[in-house]
Amino acid sequence: MNDGSRDIRGSNTSLERRAWEIRRNALLMGEVQGQGYIGQALGIADVLAVSYFHALKHRPDDPEWEARDRFLLSIGHYAIALYAALIEAGVLPEDEIETYGMDDSRMPMSGMAAYSPGMEITGGSLGHGLGIAVGMCLGLKRKENPAFVYNLLSDGELGEGSTWEAVMSASQHKLDNLIAIVDFNNQQADGKSTDMLCAEPLEDKWAAFGWHVQRVDGNSIPELVAAFDAARNLEASQPRAIICQTTMCKGIPFLESREITHFIRVEADEWAKARGILDAEMPA
Amino acid sequence: MTAVLTRRKSKYTPRSAPVGEDGERLTTSAMIASLDAEGRETVAAPFGNALVELAKSRPDIVALTADLSKYTDLHVFAAAYPDRFYQMGMAEQVMISAAAGLAREGFTPFATTYAVFASRRAYDFVCMAIAEESLPVKIICALPGLTTGYGPSHQATEDIAIFRGMPNLTVIDPCDATEIAQAVPALVNHPGPVYMRLLRGNVPDVLGAYDYSFEIGKAKLLREGGDVLFISSGFMTMRVLDAAKVLEKGGIGCAVLHSPTIKPLDEETIAREAAKAGRLVVTAENHTIIGGLGEAIAGCLMRSGVHVPFRQIALPDEFLDAGALPTLHDQYRISVGGVVESVRSWL
Repeated sequence: MNDGSRDIRGSNTSLERRAWEIRRNALLMGEVQGQGYIGQALGIADVLAVSYFHALKHRPDDPEWEARDRFLLSIGHYAIALYAALIEAGVLPEDEIETYGMDDSRMPMSGMAAYSPGMEITGGSLGHGLGIAVGMCLGLKRKENPAFVYNLLSDGELGEGSTWEAVMSASQHKLDNLIAIVDFNNQQADGKSTDMLCAEPLEDKWAAFGWHVQRVDGNSIPELVAAFDAARNLEASQPRAIICQTTMCKGIPFLESREITHFIRVEADEWAKARGILDAEMPA
Repeated sequence: MTAVLTRRKSKYTPRSAPVGEDGERLTTSAMIASLDAEGRETVAAPFGNALVELAKSRPDIVALTADLSKYTDLHVFAAAYPDRFYQMGMAEQVMISAAAGLAREGFTPFATTYAVFASRRAYDFVCMAIAEESLPVKIICALPGLTTGYGPSHQATEDIAIFRGMPNLTVIDPCDATEIAQAVPALVNHPGPVYMRLLRGNVPDVLGAYDYSFEIGKAKLLREGGDVLFISSGFMTMRVLDAAKVLEKGGIGCAVLHSPTIKPLDEETIAREAAKAGRLVVTAENHTIIGGLGEAIAGCLMRSGVHVPFRQIALPDEFLDAGALPTLHDQYRISVGGVVESVRSWL
């Protein structure tokens, strides 16, 4: 790069440390509200670390850079996790952590494109992201822009019919510049995803629709790195899905063990306890 | 309690005059989207042809459809620019989302389907993927209101009511081929999203005879008259222009203010014209009486302090019958005869 902007991929900081920082930022934001989608943020931190610090081509000081890989967050309530990653990446300033979900904040509870640098789309109405990604992939191909479009969607989102319209469409249009990341944490608002519409066999479903599919431990950095590399380097002209099995509240055992983890309340004294657990295991 | 299913018709009752001008029985299919009066000039596929013309100088224009290119006149564009045309299949939700994605990448997408599908099925996608961020997607929909005899599955009688509530969205109900052709470049030059109702196939040309030019957000006076002020949109402007000629012969002078932009409404012109003393204000729309042009104008007049006699010509708040279009237009009093009769009864 010759314009002075920095590409943070390949820095000396380990991906494990990046994931740790994302979790820590998320805990600090969660504490501001006292409750929220902290379970998802802790669960998806490793996926975001590998996305933003290994896979994605992007420039933190130029979120609109035309050649960037696009990262679309369908699941607006995961915004806390994405803000945590964008802060770690330097897209959002660290001192805005304390504004999370507050009036006039650039970091509302549900992610919206108009509010935050680096937030590509307005999520929240589930089942939208992958369809928008299809259009962006078509547009990038028209422009002969080699960027990838990533869409992070949830297992619950697989219940939306529009997601499957987009799955079929991506395959029909041979969108080899599309990578869908499914966070399979088996938790929805009302209970287990697998007790609803997200039934197995998940890989077979995506494969039957014409996608290249991988299923990995979404809390294993080495597995994620291998999967993202394979998805990017695949020669076949088909869209790619990475189903990431994650654990809600990963890294904080006393929260992991909670039964209801979609939207959790954490007592005032528990935030420090959670941070303490995290701090004790800071990676190099 | 047991639910009772009611059927619309318990038995077949032949109508008194189910015949066309040539003496043949009127059939549903023959009438789809045909709005010709005898001897009226028509233009073939005005939308598709205007888009092809504009696309020559606007490489950012792309088009998508959900298996309805032939029935939205988009096949003309698809033939001229196959690499800029996206067949999305019978999947309106992803068509709308993908249009949003293309707009994000700097293109100006036209997305076409039937009005029922865009408004009822794809609403959330139009709202959150397009309107919330004011992306320049143009949604062009055939079969607005009562322009098909297929029954409620195809009759978008409440599309304007649905879309009027959506922030950032411009809503347009054009009258004829001239207006559709003029609207296409206006839509492209408009920075935000637009929903436009479409007349397709051989579309009547009426406004060509007037000194008329389409502008987004402008209502224009097509004729003067001292007794009635029609304010209309869509093909109802054709109807009230014809009705005005009939009424004039009976000594009733009718002005016609054509208001193709339903949102944002040209409140200034509408309030100014309505405030002129001594006229009955009659709104005319091819849409349910709920939430369309008529109620938009009623609200505008109330807010503007213009208190005048006011009547609405519109479709009833019902699921409409199936059948031949001329029969249905008479039945629901949006034919020329229906308009004339209604106005006479109100004076």
